[in-house]
Amino acid sequence: MSWSELTRGLRAHPVKPSLSGIARRRSLWQRIHLDPWLMGMLLVLMLAGLVVLYSASGQRLPMVTAQAIRFGVALGVMAGLAQLSPTTLLRWTPLVYLAGVLMLVAVELIGDMGMGARRWLVIPGVIRFQPSELMKLAMPMMVAAWLSRQPLPPRWRDLLVCVAIIGLPVVLIAKQPDLGTSLLVTCSGVFVILLAGLSWHFILFCGVLAASALPLLWMNLHNYQRQRVLTFLDPESDPLGAGWNIIQSTTAIGSGGFWGKGWLQGTQSQLEFLPERHTDFIVAVLGEEFGLVGMLAFLLLYLLIVGRGLWLAGAAQETFGRLVAGSIILTFFIYVFVNVGMVSGILPVVGVPLPLVSYGGTSSVTLMAGFGILMAIHAHRRLLPR
Amino acid sequence: MRRRRDTLKNPEQELRVFRMRSLLAVLLVVCLTGLLGGRLFYLQVVQHEVYSTRSEKNRVRVEPLPPTRGLIYDRNGVLLAENRPTYNLTLVRERVEDLDATLSLLVDLLGIPEEEVEAFRVRSRQRQRPFQPALLMSDLDEDQIARLAVNRHRLPGVEVEAQLLRYYPDAETMVHALGYVGRINAEELAGLDTGNYAGTHFIGKTGVERFYEDELHGQAGLRKVETNARGRVLRELGHTDPVPGKDLTLTLDSELQKLAVELLDGRRGAIVAIAPATGEILALASVPGFDSNQFVTGIDVASYRALRENLDLPLYNRAIRGHYPPGSTIKPFMAISALKEGTITPGKVIYDPGYYQLPNDSRRYRNWLRWGHGRVDLERALAVSNNTYFYSLAHDLGIDRIHENMTAFGFGERVAHDIYGESDALMPSRDWKRGRFNQPWYPGETLSVGIGQGYLQVTPLQLATATAVLANRGQWVKPRLAQRIGEEQVPVALPDTPPDIMLSTEGWWDRVFSGMEKVVSGREGTARRIGRDLDYRMAGKSGTAQVFSLGQNEKYNADELKERLRDHALFTAFAPVEDPRIAVAVIVENAGGGSTHAAHLAKAMTDAWLLEDEAPDTEEVREVLEREDGRVTGN
Repeated sequence: MSWSELTRGLRAHPVKPSLSGIARRRSLWQRIHLDPWLMGMLLVLMLAGLVVLYSASGQRLPMVTAQAIRFGVALGVMAGLAQLSPTTLLRWTPLVYLAGVLMLVAVELIGDMGMGARRWLVIPGVIRFQPSELMKLAMPMMVAAWLSRQPLPPRWRDLLVCVAIIGLPVVLIAKQPDLGTSLLVTCSGVFVILLAGLSWHFILFCGVLAASALPLLWMNLHNYQRQRVLTFLDPESDPLGAGWNIIQSTTAIGSGGFWGKGWLQGTQSQLEFLPERHTDFIVAVLGEEFGLVGMLAFLLLYLLIVGRGLWLAGAAQETFGRLVAGSIILTFFIYVFVNVGMVSGILPVVGVPLPLVSYGGTSSVTLMAGFGILMAIHAHRRLLPR
Repeated sequence: MRRRRDTLKNPEQELRVFRMRSLLAVLLVVCLTGLLGGRLFYLQVVQHEVYSTRSEKNRVRVEPLPPTRGLIYDRNGVLLAENRPTYNLTLVRERVEDLDATLSLLVDLLGIPEEEVEAFRVRSRQRQRPFQPALLMSDLDEDQIARLAVNRHRLPGVEVEAQLLRYYPDAETMVHALGYVGRINAEELAGLDTGNYAGTHFIGKTGVERFYEDELHGQAGLRKVETNARGRVLRELGHTDPVPGKDLTLTLDSELQKLAVELLDGRRGAIVAIAPATGEILALASVPGFDSNQFVTGIDVASYRALRENLDLPLYNRAIRGHYPPGSTIKPFMAISALKEGTITPGKVIYDPGYYQLPNDSRRYRNWLRWGHGRVDLERALAVSNNTYFYSLAHDLGIDRIHENMTAFGFGERVAHDIYGESDALMPSRDWKRGRFNQPWYPGETLSVGIGQGYLQVTPLQLATATAVLANRGQWVKPRLAQRIGEEQVPVALPDTPPDIMLSTEGWWDRVFSGMEKVVSGREGTARRIGRDLDYRMAGKSGTAQVFSLGQNEKYNADELKERLRDHALFTAFAPVEDPRIAVAVIVENAGGGSTHAAHLAKAMTDAWLLEDEAPDTEEVREVLEREDGRVTGN
């Protein structure tokens, strides 16, 4: 598929289903509404992730198995969501968003504490989950839903509504406190606005505004969050405390060299010098054991996934779907950039996992759900009446 | 898309904008990925060496294997300093859930003093890696270990570690001869081979422990291990065994040392006994002593202050650092000097009217016996400790020759081979006086030195050494404390031994000895009380030293003042005269009973050494002393 074909298809009125030969050839993937390329790359990423996780978990097979099961669930969620038509998605969006906000309020009121933050909503014996994860998807959908009804590029009035849509949940999440997630949720909303064609003047204006608001943000940060930033600027100031993580992770990556120390051979990883080695800092294990080669291979894979995702987004017929898909895939990239950036020491430590490699169920499911929505938007293209 | 705004949706334009924005996004994504790639290239290729080294340092730990400190024995194989396993309380901070709660529980359980808890906090901040245990309390007793064991479940991260610690079985008796070890301080650390001392916490602070530090310490070994981040050792990569310190056999006789301390018990003073033929120091006692074991584990502030402020100065090693005017004990050495210089012969007789006058000077330098001893020759002068004879002798010799000859006996010099912190005391001379006071030497001052007063100051060790040289008929042997270092014997002839003292007529030694023998055995001898039941021939010399003044800021009550103004009693002796096997110097501060007090102690020492089966009863000696105390018998 090429841009010209795509644009031709869009310029003309509905593509005739009478092109039966092509339709039949595509029918397998078309019928299950999945994109083989994206799906294939995600599977490769997951498998490679499991290999790294085996090493990062200290060779604990149960952990790898658990992660594989989660991946299975996540794939199921993806496939399920892919069956929904963008129209259905659009219809449910306000409700999902509202439910998300209400649950965030509930978290604030009756949430469960864990590791110094109130992030969890628990129905005893049934489920325990983070509403903020739901927000990662509800957010771009809600912003896109609003903007898709307006003429684009967005006007001031629309922007104000967007700011409200984004601001409310982000403030609630930041209060938990969960800097990483609130950052990702903000990004997912903002990307929608940017992709919708926000004027450059305004972007510049906002940039300046954000820069001048930095001190204000600083004053509202929690102590541990400030500490992280300070530590980022000078890890050696507290080598046994907050700086330990970043010193050990850069040491792990740097000592890996070009080819790496080999799978299961990383001393930093295997001897437990690396903290959080199977979750947020897993990329350091990758860097130590597979070297620059392994790192670049992973980055390339991520790049390809992002490229394919944007391609699919560009292929969407509806503005709503396009914006949602674009935002989801760019947010996915933000995960990668922030995570690798923090572990390699060019960004402060923010709790963002490496997508589909870091151990953890919730984020995998959310990510794959996002890809499900992406595929839904893409795969229902031709079946939509124009 | 500038100003042109439609209220209607324009799908084509929206798509175009989206595509352009996507393209920009792709560009940005590629740039940011490039940034990450660049960073990784920097870390993994450019800085690879740095991080590789750092990771290696993380992984590999070199653990010092401290050598076991050498043991110290006395000449008969009695253990004087040993290494005992002791138990220390350590805390691994990372394993402790609530540090403050744990600490307060430990304080309640074990009664740890507040300053130790503070010291622990400092130590735990100075750790080099996480999971490194920090010392909270050393030397736990069994009761404390038991209490810890019972409460173990409440104390995660609290551990009891075994360590070898120096222990002195008879510390109070031995401390001034042995010295002691203590924790290495920052100053000492600066001068140490840090590799060799990496695992060592203690170092000799004084005495033999200090002097033979290198031999006793040994050579540290090391172990290269791979550890995980918690410091747990996973496997050994390399190993070098430590070389334990050498055991030290001293010349001390612990029984004799014990006797010396017991004899001085309740007083202040020093006793030094030397085997003249070999220079072996048999006893080196300074009383009062103190329990040096306290210093090994770290003495608490209150106890240390009590020791420091004790008026009896228990920390002060009188035997090697105490400065005393030798009084009349200097006379035999003066006699030898004059004989050597030829200013007298043994037959020379003077008439003592009770005083001495310098030519052209009306001032009378008095004998201690106001009416004088009449006709006095050398032997009688020694026996009755006649001052007039020695005034005359000193005047004839002059300060220059006195200084030269007394230095030959070791006065004003550091005499011992292996004693740490020995003082050279003071043998005055013209040069010294000019340097010190910028004054010429006056003839009257020579007379004072002639009877062991004036500027002259000696240490008990010097006095005993000179007595040994005298007993050897001028042959020098350096006094020493070490007999054997490991398997190696310390030779009798040591480098830097001062030249022997020669007399033109060998028989003159006997004349001086004879005079000294009469001190204890003669009818008129100043210490004739101790000669009544002598089982061997003993040569001795008594002395008293006046206490001129007390330290300015010291406070005494009236009784104490009186006591502390009394003269010091001195006595030097060697025996048997025909084949001297022991030379001894005794100094009893403010003895009161005159020199006889010291003479009794000297005799108890020689008895103990020479009479194998008849160990002297200290109680008996005490009774005698009490009977005689207060009866002044002369100089």
